[in-house]
Amino acid sequence: MSDAEMSDAEMTREIAFTVNGQPAALDVEERFSLADMLRHRLGLTGTHLGCEHGVCGACTVMVDGHAVRACLMLAVQVDGAAVTTVEGLADDDGRLSRLQQAFSDHHGLQCGFCTPGILMTLTEFLADHPAPAEDQLREALSGNICRCTGYQGIVDAVMDVLASPPPAGGAR
Amino acid sequence: MPGKVFVGQSVQRLEDPDLLRGRGQFLDDLALPGMLEAAFVRSPFAHASFGRIDTAAAAAMPGVVAVLTAADLPAEMREKRILLQVPHPAITYPVTQMPLASHEVCFVGEAVAMVIADSRHRAEDAAEQVIVDWRPLPAVAHCLEALKPSAAPVHSAMKDNLAGRFTLAFGEVDAAFAAAPHVFSASYDTHRGTGHPMECRGVAAVYDVVGAGLRVWTSTQTPHNTQRGLVDMFDMAEDKVRVITPDVGGGFGPKNQVYPEEMMVPLAAKLLGRPVKWVEDRREHFLTTTQERDQVWEVSVAVDENGRILGLKGHLVHDAGAYLPWGIIMPYISASTLPGPYRVPSYRLEVSVAFTNMVATTPMRGAGRPQAVFVMERLVDLIARELALDPAAVRDRNFIAAADMPYSMGLTYRDGAPVIYDSGDYPEAQRRALAGAGYDDFKARQAAALAEGRYIGIGIGNYVEGTGLGPFEGATVRILSNGRVAIYTGATPAGQAHRTILAQICADQLGIDVAAVDVVLGDTGVMPRGAGTFASRITVNAGSSVQIAAGQVREKILALAAAKFGVAESDLELADGLVRITGAQGDSISFAELAKMTSGMPGYVLPQGVVPDLEASGYFTPAQATYSNGSHVAVVEVDPETGMVTIDDYVVVHDCGNVINPKLVDGQVQGGVVHGIGNALLERMVYDADANPLTTTFADYLMPTAEWAPKCRIIHMESPTPLNPLGVKGAGEGGTIPVPAAIVAAVENALAPFAVRLDSCPVTPQMIVEKVQAARQQESTP
Repeated sequence: MSDAEMSDAEMTREIAFTVNGQPAALDVEERFSLADMLRHRLGLTGTHLGCEHGVCGACTVMVDGHAVRACLMLAVQVDGAAVTTVEGLADDDGRLSRLQQAFSDHHGLQCGFCTPGILMTLTEFLADHPAPAEDQLREALSGNICRCTGYQGIVDAVMDVLASPPPAGGAR
Repeated sequence: MPGKVFVGQSVQRLEDPDLLRGRGQFLDDLALPGMLEAAFVRSPFAHASFGRIDTAAAAAMPGVVAVLTAADLPAEMREKRILLQVPHPAITYPVTQMPLASHEVCFVGEAVAMVIADSRHRAEDAAEQVIVDWRPLPAVAHCLEALKPSAAPVHSAMKDNLAGRFTLAFGEVDAAFAAAPHVFSASYDTHRGTGHPMECRGVAAVYDVVGAGLRVWTSTQTPHNTQRGLVDMFDMAEDKVRVITPDVGGGFGPKNQVYPEEMMVPLAAKLLGRPVKWVEDRREHFLTTTQERDQVWEVSVAVDENGRILGLKGHLVHDAGAYLPWGIIMPYISASTLPGPYRVPSYRLEVSVAFTNMVATTPMRGAGRPQAVFVMERLVDLIARELALDPAAVRDRNFIAAADMPYSMGLTYRDGAPVIYDSGDYPEAQRRALAGAGYDDFKARQAAALAEGRYIGIGIGNYVEGTGLGPFEGATVRILSNGRVAIYTGATPAGQAHRTILAQICADQLGIDVAAVDVVLGDTGVMPRGAGTFASRITVNAGSSVQIAAGQVREKILALAAAKFGVAESDLELADGLVRITGAQGDSISFAELAKMTSGMPGYVLPQGVVPDLEASGYFTPAQATYSNGSHVAVVEVDPETGMVTIDDYVVVHDCGNVINPKLVDGQVQGGVVHGIGNALLERMVYDADANPLTTTFADYLMPTAEWAPKCRIIHMESPTPLNPLGVKGAGEGGTIPVPAAIVAAVENALAPFAVRLDSCPVTPQMIVEKVQAARQQESTP
């Protein structure tokens, strides 16, 4: 805050957590959403805000392995937690995850705004459901709105990942 | 790679790697040093005048830098309205929004003050402290109400609420109706909600004191329109206003307006001498981003004994909302689309455009066509029902034949050119769609389902769509000194993968890989003239311009190399970024070296007649729109107890001329169809009787999710157009256009045992249950 004066609404709290495996510690306003902190304090702008009321799913990230709406969770709630964002999906050398690559192969994205949230939703879903039926997959996707693709490319991408065995080395 | 051809292939998108890694650069990702953020104070009333605005408490809040009202605008901007994008002589009252309303607001959400603070949170805190002396006025909440003599004026300065009136007509319609064996009439209500890109709008701006210029970033489909709007509003020279689009998270039409915030954010940056950003939230999007709401149609069709159309006439009332940023273009498109793929010998449609106290309506994916197609297809189904004919057969006997191309309808299109369908085979498109859906044995399947207590139905939607609207979209192709090829263009994508498409076209012309092409777009600083992304026009216009410009660069490369090697151009070939003499061990020179030589290398003398730089610009200017077409067949199952509709099968025959990238076209069609499902079954923007919006979250306003989306079976036909060098037509909107027609027809067909009539869209579960109950009641009380 550039202004010395602060309102009651601007109480802050110190929190520490990891994001994509890296430790982070900062003094954050209690009213900040997790999404606001990731985007504006940490510069992790891959997490997008589409509705800020928990319906569209664009802001989905993982907290301790569970997909959550970063617009509905307060930043202070991740104190001590492990947060994963879309920036953490590709390998350190920049190689796309299998799911990311399949999205490109099957035209699973157009404008790409909802894509990070969908990737995070699916990352959790596939961890919990190694062999889902297509209707299960569509149900899992129903908490993420995509206006561009009509979803088919996304479904095809996931089905492709499921159909092809993971490469040696066990990459995602 | 000599001989490798990219056009026509499903080339991988160049856009994907960054977007998949979360490295896209959308508007809100922009973080400029010292940047301030804005929030707006908006009207809670659909219609009100207001007196004093008390900003003192807000201005004293922590972090607040300024609070602006209309009274704070520079003298030259006061009472000035945003440039009307498409003037038309039939407009009675050409009113657009002011940057901030000065004394009267005409829809819920219209802005009256802007708060600028060091964070968005603080700007919003302060916006709550702005006190406005509101004086509510009567509001008009529906276009039919608006045109009644007793209606309150939408703007207090107006005598009535008629925004425009015009008639489109050809042939002897009265004579046709007088002589016709049958006349059938109906009224139809259509509604489309709004586009809802997942990224809302947003603007950021910097004022450069040294250069006395504005640099504006905005999430738009049309940066050049925004530039024109700013130039007009600020009365600045064009070269002092640069508008840049970052990655745009979906457009669908509503992002091709010039909005008040796009005036206010640059103004604040100029007044305060610091970068300023505003990002729309979803509630603001529901309130202030333009929509496509109600059209009410009263139509009659005259036919012979065999269902052949003799005449078509009627009246369309169109809801304009409170302002006319795009003039009356949308109802004009509706009126010129209605006859569609059918031979209509005589036609007269009177159109009344009504102001209402709701946010303005402007073109959204399909732009008035889904409504017209819904009405026409419902009318054809009506003919079939009344004459006990098969709906597909009635269509078949009314189609314009392929042999009749080019076919002149007798109307003038929005571009001022006559409506002349350039190519296409409409009967064959329907034949393939019907075959794909198993139309011939559907009656047997339907009877078998009914025997099991299941209600299934089939519906057809055919359309013709004017696409590729001019006047132009330019492109410059330049070989850089590092050998890479740059394309500069006014095209501005919002997910359509323009980079990939344009790179494919360029790569084929120059014999290079698509990966060697960089596409710079959506920036008035690199391409000073442009129109923007709407009307399914980019591949036609920018694609053709790239084809022309890259072809000229190719000619130049050949001329330079021929001069250098002293050989004929016919002895040269282009491959892998080199031009070489054909035959074994022929000399070669790289594009990079040629580019260096021609860009001002001291000592190098250009051959006579060759201008510097390895570049060329192309401006393809189409003589008229090119007409895409298609045929959709939907198969649905309806639960008459719950009103739930399940889409069992969806077949699309799509003809957009030559296909540059089949995967991308399939994606446009699939995405378009699912958007259309929203229009058919889900999306309604609800206002109460005082024009207060009631559906302002995605929990109230339903968007199609993955469970609603069928896997469309897409069949391509390719009828190349003679109107551009690529033979292409637009593909971005056709997927959406006939969906409400096909699905609502299928739902009605499924409910045939109840003799339910569906004359509106969207069709909601509640409507279905009510209609079925009413039909049952009628049955039980003879």
